[in-house]
This record gives sequence, structure tokens and C-alpha cells, in this order.
Amino acid sequence: MEKFEKLTGVAAPMPLVNIDTDMIIPKQFLKTIKRSGLGANLFDEMRFNQDGSEIEDFVLNKPAYRDAKILVAGDNFGCGSSREHAPWALLDFGIKCVISTSFADIFFNNCFKNGILPIVLPQEEVDKLMDDAERGANAVLTVDLESQTITGPDGGEISFEVDPFKKDCLLNGLDDIGLTMQKASAIDAFEGEYGVRAPWV
Amino acid sequence: MSDPKTLYDKIWDAHLVHEEADGTSLLYIDRHLVHEVTSPQAFEGLRMAGRKVRAPEKTVAVPDHNVPTSLDRAKGIDDEMSRIQVDALEKNARDFGIEYYGVDDVRQGIVHIIGPELGWTQPGMTIVCGDSHTATHGAFGALAHGIGTSEVEHVLATQTLIQKKSKNMKARINGTLSEYVTAKDITLSIIGATGTAGGTGHVIEYMGEAIEALSMEGRMTVCNMAIEGGARAGLIAPDQKTFDYVMGRPKAPKGAAFEAAVAYWKTLYTDEGAHFDKEIILHADDIAPVVTWGTSPEDVLPITGVVPAANDFEGGKVQAAERSLDYMGLKPGTRLQDVEIDTVFIGSCTNGRIEDLREVARVMEGRKVKDGLRAMIVPGSGLVRAQAEEEGIAQKLQEAGFDWRMAGCSMCLGMNPDQLAPGERCASTSNRNFEGRQGRGGRTHLLSPAMAAAAAITGRLTDVRDL
Repeated sequence: MEKFEKLTGVAAPMPLVNIDTDMIIPKQFLKTIKRSGLGANLFDEMRFNQDGSEIEDFVLNKPAYRDAKILVAGDNFGCGSSREHAPWALLDFGIKCVISTSFADIFFNNCFKNGILPIVLPQEEVDKLMDDAERGANAVLTVDLESQTITGPDGGEISFEVDPFKKDCLLNGLDDIGLTMQKASAIDAFEGEYGVRAPWV
Repeated sequence: MSDPKTLYDKIWDAHLVHEEADGTSLLYIDRHLVHEVTSPQAFEGLRMAGRKVRAPEKTVAVPDHNVPTSLDRAKGIDDEMSRIQVDALEKNARDFGIEYYGVDDVRQGIVHIIGPELGWTQPGMTIVCGDSHTATHGAFGALAHGIGTSEVEHVLATQTLIQKKSKNMKARINGTLSEYVTAKDITLSIIGATGTAGGTGHVIEYMGEAIEALSMEGRMTVCNMAIEGGARAGLIAPDQKTFDYVMGRPKAPKGAAFEAAVAYWKTLYTDEGAHFDKEIILHADDIAPVVTWGTSPEDVLPITGVVPAANDFEGGKVQAAERSLDYMGLKPGTRLQDVEIDTVFIGSCTNGRIEDLREVARVMEGRKVKDGLRAMIVPGSGLVRAQAEEEGIAQKLQEAGFDWRMAGCSMCLGMNPDQLAPGERCASTSNRNFEGRQGRGGRTHLLSPAMAAAAAITGRLTDVRDL
């Protein structure tokens, strides 16, 4: 996994609430057996007409936001299906940070496994960043994970919370499986004891 | 005496392998269900790292999302991408020593239907699957939730999951449901009351007389949609009905092992005085047959209601409702019962079990599907299909005008050829009414099997109690 340290980029506003993972990456693109290449179909049905032409007023089609690295989104972002194709698609498009008032649990976890930082902020702070993001190409935010701060286009700073373990994994690009494998003896011991306690499992 | 615990606390504690000071925990996983869509990249990851599946005997694989449901599907899958994905699952199962049920096996079906049906699902277990509707298995008092593909790989390699403990939420339904008010109406009504983010960060325990009175099938319907309420997992304490359901199933413990298991399962309940962080209480009398009008499962109303206006809502929901009404092609003030439909879909991990098909058959008794309507029934598994045929339900439903299909996820998400056309309106027993979910531009109204049958008869959303 690629490290996440500091990110500076254009933030795109998506104020719609309950943006679900079916919207982020529709089902027809889940048939891949790879993780890469999904960015072309990120938000496919909101972004493209059925003939493949772009829907002009969709935010990521506007010239100012085509290279957005950050999304500022409405409440409950990433709800619905567990498909990790959603963060894969965001990452492949170039989006490495999503800011909202809340995220669905599975999507939230999936982000951290892929070097994407989801940030939860109170409504008034998301509103402020949403205003910043509305400024198009001038909507440049800097997200610093180490110091847990977001710096806006006017130099104003907002701080955010992040789980310390998840922060450490992102900062160092750590692979969960490798970390857990180091606890193999604890898993062995558990299985031994559990096999006595619940042999039918 | 130790502190009173919730059911969730008990299952959590029984599976805790390791806990860091900050609460980051390693949880042991008892059952891992695998399907073709969310697993190929996980197996690829194992191969690249030279890792094995730690407990293949606790893992089961079945293709369900992509499989055609046409009667001639044994001839193969036309869509190349789908075929590759299903073939990859079969190969991965074989290479890693995992039990696999292919489309030619009567045990094939939707992963959340076959788990309980074959006895893989048991009380007190931790169960995961790369699928958000894993919450279904919570009906047995098992801690079951969806995970992403990276976590699928993690569980395959280590049989554990890195977790932080969720909060406890209680959803109590007091009283007795009226006739034709079902488990689906309970679960949708809860989501209507709490919103799709109401359960975020929580595990919901469903309880109360109305929940206890439900069959195991009904309980699975309730827990299935915990995720639509934002909760990764739903739980119902196991009772005699649960034990009776599990007993004798192929993968269930037998004889003395079953007795020992039941003795343990009987300890799986929330202690008197245990703490819940959040609660919602509904009375069964206040629950009517419901339908959704919008593109979020929280957009739910009694069938006797009218389509709302966007400005009935507040905050970000105003814009979302405007968008939903436009997408759904509905005008505020329209009576829900006047909304005409083109298609009826009966099936999915929410409502594709035998009891659901019996309910449809009961409503259809002596009645026909309206001329010109597309009405399909997709049993949740090959075994459900076979049982419905044995009970004579299948024949009756076909005579009534339903298309009787093979098992799979089908039009719940339309990864196979079963899809809605743009603008096509569907009364669906599935779980999500998201934009494009059942096909680009398709319009979904979620409802119970009984209500779906009523809609099939009249060609519009209908109060099944009025038939």
C-alpha cells in the first residue's frame, strides 16, 4: 500500500447525502478480477451519458475539478454495498482523501486498506470546506496526516481526528496481513483453547 | 458478579484473540463465505505473497452475483467477464481446498441463503463475507458482517479480522403484527425511523415480542437489512426456534456435539441491565405494509401514503429527495397505490427463502399476474427451488403467470442479464432502491413478498390487505 503523508490538491464538492457505492462504481464494473483501471468508470452513471459522452454539469467533468484529489461530500458517504471497488475506483481516478460528516462503516474501513484517508468533521466545518471546494481550481486544500490538519485556500486550519492505529498504517503504508501474521502464535493459542471450549465449530 | 453484557459483548469476548491498548482487536472468524465478485483480488494477493488459506474447512465458496437464472444456464455464461469471474472462483476454491457449490449443484444459491440452509451458520459464531448483506446470519445470534476485499484476503490468510468494537444499539418491536404485515415491513420501518446512517458504528440487536414471534426466515429478513440502517451487523438472540432450525442440517453438529452446542447457545442472550448506547422502540400496531418511494431505503412510507415533496425534508435531504423524485419519475402528492409498475421481482437474500415463496403463493391463490406485466421469481437457492417444487408452490406460481427461474442474486443488483430497462418500474422484494441498482435508469420500489404479489395482480403498488 502506498503511504499517505501529506496531500495537496483540488477539492471537489459533492454535497449530495447518502452517496452509495453503487453510485461510486456501478455493478457492471465489478466483473473485473483486478484492482486497477476502475477510475475510468468512477461515478459512471452520474458522469457519462449512455452513449459514453460526458455529462457536462457533473462536478468531476468540469475543467476545474478534472484532477481533483479530494472530495468534500454529503453525509453518509459510501453507504450500501461492501464493494472495495469503490475505493479502488476513487484511488485510480486520483482521489486520495474524502471529507464528510459521516461515512458508512465498511467503506470507511476499505479506504484505509488502500491508502485513502476518509476524514469525519462536524457539519459546520464540512460546510466551510464545501464552500472552499465550490471555488473551482482555487479550491486547493492541503491535508497533513501527521499533524492531523487541513489547510484551506485562505490559510485557515481545521484539525481532525483519526484512529492512531489506522494513522500509523497509512503513514507507513503498512500491510495488515503482515502485521497480523506476526501474531500467529496468539492465533494458534486461541485456536487451541477454542477447540476445547467449542469443538463443534 | 461480572458486569451485565449484551449478546454482542458475549460473542465479541468469546472470539477475542488479542487486544491492543487502544482497543484495536484481533477477532477470530468462525465462518468465511466467499463469492465470485469480491474475492478474485484477495486470492490473487495470497498467491503473490505465497500465502495459504489458514482454515479452508471454515470457508465456503459459491457463485451467486453473476450467474444467469435462465433454465438453460448449464450451457454456460455468455458474458465473458462474468464467466471469467465465476471460473476464477471455481479455480481458487479448488487450488486452496475450499468447498465449492457450482451452478450445476442443487446446493448453489445466494451465499446468505445457503449458509443457514446447509448449517454452516450457527449461533454464537463470527461470520464474514465480502458482501454487506452478511448481516443476514445475525438472525441466528451470530456476529455476522460484510467486509471489503482486503479484509477477505486478511481472513483467508489469518482466520482473523482487525476490528474495533462497535457500539450496542437495541431495536425493540413490541406487540403482535397484523395480518400481511411482515418481517420486511419491520425492517424497512426501522430504517424509515432511524435513517440509513442511524445504525452507523453500531451492532443492532432486534428484540421484543414481534421479533420473537417471527420464523427463522423472517428473522433473517430483518437482520439482512441492518446494513441499510447503517449497522454492519444485526443480531437476534437464539431460542428454541433457532436450535430446531439448525438441528439436522448437513454442516450442523450432530448428537452429543449438538447437545453441547445447544447448552452453550442457551447462554447467548443480553443480560438484564446490560448497556445499550442507542435504542429505538416501535409498536407492531404502528407498522403497516410499507413501500419505498425514493432511491434510499430510508425513503419508506406505508402503502396508504402519498409521495412526499422535497421540501417536506430538511438539510441535505432536500436536494437528495429532489433528485430521487426526478429519478423515480414521481410527483409529490401522488397516492402510492396509484403508481403503476412494469415488473415484479421476487427473490434476493432478503426475501428469496421458502417462506417468502409460500407467502406469495398464499396471496396469489385463485389470482393471476396482470396481463403484460413481467413477473419473475428467483428462488434464493437450488434447495429452496426444489422444496417449492415439491410443495407444489412452483407449479401454482407458474400457472398464475410468474416466470420461475434458477437461483442467484439476479435482479437485486443486475450483474447477470436480469435487469431493468431505463424508466422501467419494479416492485421488488430486494434490499436496495439505489439509482441504477437494478439496471441503469430502472426504478425500484422495495416491499414485502406479499405486497409484491399484490402488485403483480393489479399492476400497481397495492395494499395487500385490500385484495
